[in-house]
Amino acid sequence: MKKPAEIYAILKEKFGEEKVEIKEDAKVAPWMVVAPDAIREITKFLRDDDDLDFDYLMCLSGVHYQKDNTLGVTYHINSTRKKHSLILKCIVSEDNPHVPSIESVWKTADWHEREAYDMVGIMFDGHPDLRRILCPDDWEGYPLRKDYKVQEYYRGMKVPY
Amino acid sequence: MPELRTEEMVINMGPQHPSTHGVLRVELVLDGEIVVDAIPHIGYLHRCFEKHSESMNDYQQVIPYVDRMDYVAAMSNELGYAIAMERMLEIEVPERVEYIRVIFAELQRIASHLLAIGTYGLDIGAFTPFLHCFRDRERILDIFESTCGARLLYNYIWVGGLSHDVPLDFKEKVRDFVKYFPPKIKEYNDLLTYNKIFIDRTADVGVLPSEVALNYASSGPVLRGSGVNWDLRRDDPYSIYDRFEYDVVVGKGEMGTVGDCWDRYIVRVREMEQSIRIIEQAVEQMPDEGDVKAAVPKRIRPPEGEVYARTETPRGELGYYIISDGSMSPYRVKARSPCFVNLSVLPAISRGSMVADIVAIIGSIDIVLGEVDR
Repeated sequence: MKKPAEIYAILKEKFGEEKVEIKEDAKVAPWMVVAPDAIREITKFLRDDDDLDFDYLMCLSGVHYQKDNTLGVTYHINSTRKKHSLILKCIVSEDNPHVPSIESVWKTADWHEREAYDMVGIMFDGHPDLRRILCPDDWEGYPLRKDYKVQEYYRGMKVPY
Repeated sequence: MPELRTEEMVINMGPQHPSTHGVLRVELVLDGEIVVDAIPHIGYLHRCFEKHSESMNDYQQVIPYVDRMDYVAAMSNELGYAIAMERMLEIEVPERVEYIRVIFAELQRIASHLLAIGTYGLDIGAFTPFLHCFRDRERILDIFESTCGARLLYNYIWVGGLSHDVPLDFKEKVRDFVKYFPPKIKEYNDLLTYNKIFIDRTADVGVLPSEVALNYASSGPVLRGSGVNWDLRRDDPYSIYDRFEYDVVVGKGEMGTVGDCWDRYIVRVREMEQSIRIIEQAVEQMPDEGDVKAAVPKRIRPPEGEVYARTETPRGELGYYIISDGSMSPYRVKARSPCFVNLSVLPAISRGSMVADIVAIIGSIDIVLGEVDR
């Protein structure tokens, strides 16, 4: 079992300080900000390293931080054998919301990423099948963005009925 | 003789189909009787409760919404939400409340598993076990009804406490049930579990190997059915589960391969026995006196920050990721639904199986579409 600070030290040595940054000020648990271009390598390393052994992606959520005009992806990962967990975040700008997909690392990310795309509008590069999952394919806008306005008509039906 | 034309056929199973347990559409690509691919299409019940909760001006008002996610195990949904919020607010919950919550959560687990195994028998063509299961589930719902007036959607577990106290004869009722129920499990086993036809339909069908289950982050009976010894009640303890003795049930491949439909089914049956053990101990230890509303906050105004809390519901790991911006309404509530994640493994385990087995595979995952679509 490793503490997030120890895991951070390992990651910093392997990937460099500019790729990961730890935030200790969080109330519940420390979390790390990961540079989007490094997320796939870092998660793959976390999964394959014998001491870290993160085999379980608990949750992947998309968040809209309206104040900063950014979108975030939060990864909650866990190891069922080593029993430690970790929180990673990727922050991207609203204008260019591209994050590499980690579907190749944990298959469960497939549907989670589709949901984050559907609800918040984050593009996951390299995802094999990035379609809307909960809303219809031809729905407009991303419902969980803070500035979302429901479309007036959907296929001739009035939406806010 | 003219040459026969062969091509793959695409069939839509659902959205209105008795064995999809709601409105789920599975696009089946068939090569004769063999399934080449099964693509689930979800979202027919989507109402975006996450968006609704952002417009609530009180964290307590989200609870009726989370009830309606997994509507056959609403108590477990509420418990998860309450625990997440209590962690965020650093609320210490009274002893008596913890015991009542555990008893209700475990009763809910039994009720939900009874529905799961009853309807699973129904999917495969066994009608009688369904009636037996519903007869016993009714007794649990009666206990819920006498406590909070509702049979399915309770709004009972609140952040910091409970909406009101249990009735005076509560312990008696629970003890009656604990005595009544174990012999009935034998009845289900005789009727369904060890029935030759049932075993033929479920053993060696829809095999989910343990590495695949972990990679797809399956949880609950689906993960344990694949032989992975993982239960959040023990491995990431919450509430007071560390005070009770119980076993974590895993699939062993008794009738076929580890991780087949029968294994997922038997895990549910045996978990009911373990839940009875927990309830038995909890009823004995539960204090008689104590205000269940003592720790309920008048106004909830958490500091800026976020929390991820997960609990073991009947269907698996239910996680709540809640972000607060310091105001009265939540900034973001995300529910990591166990059914949503478990369903995503469906294509992986149904490729190569017979089309008739798809019903058995979907039933063994035990999905509730209200929670898949949220």
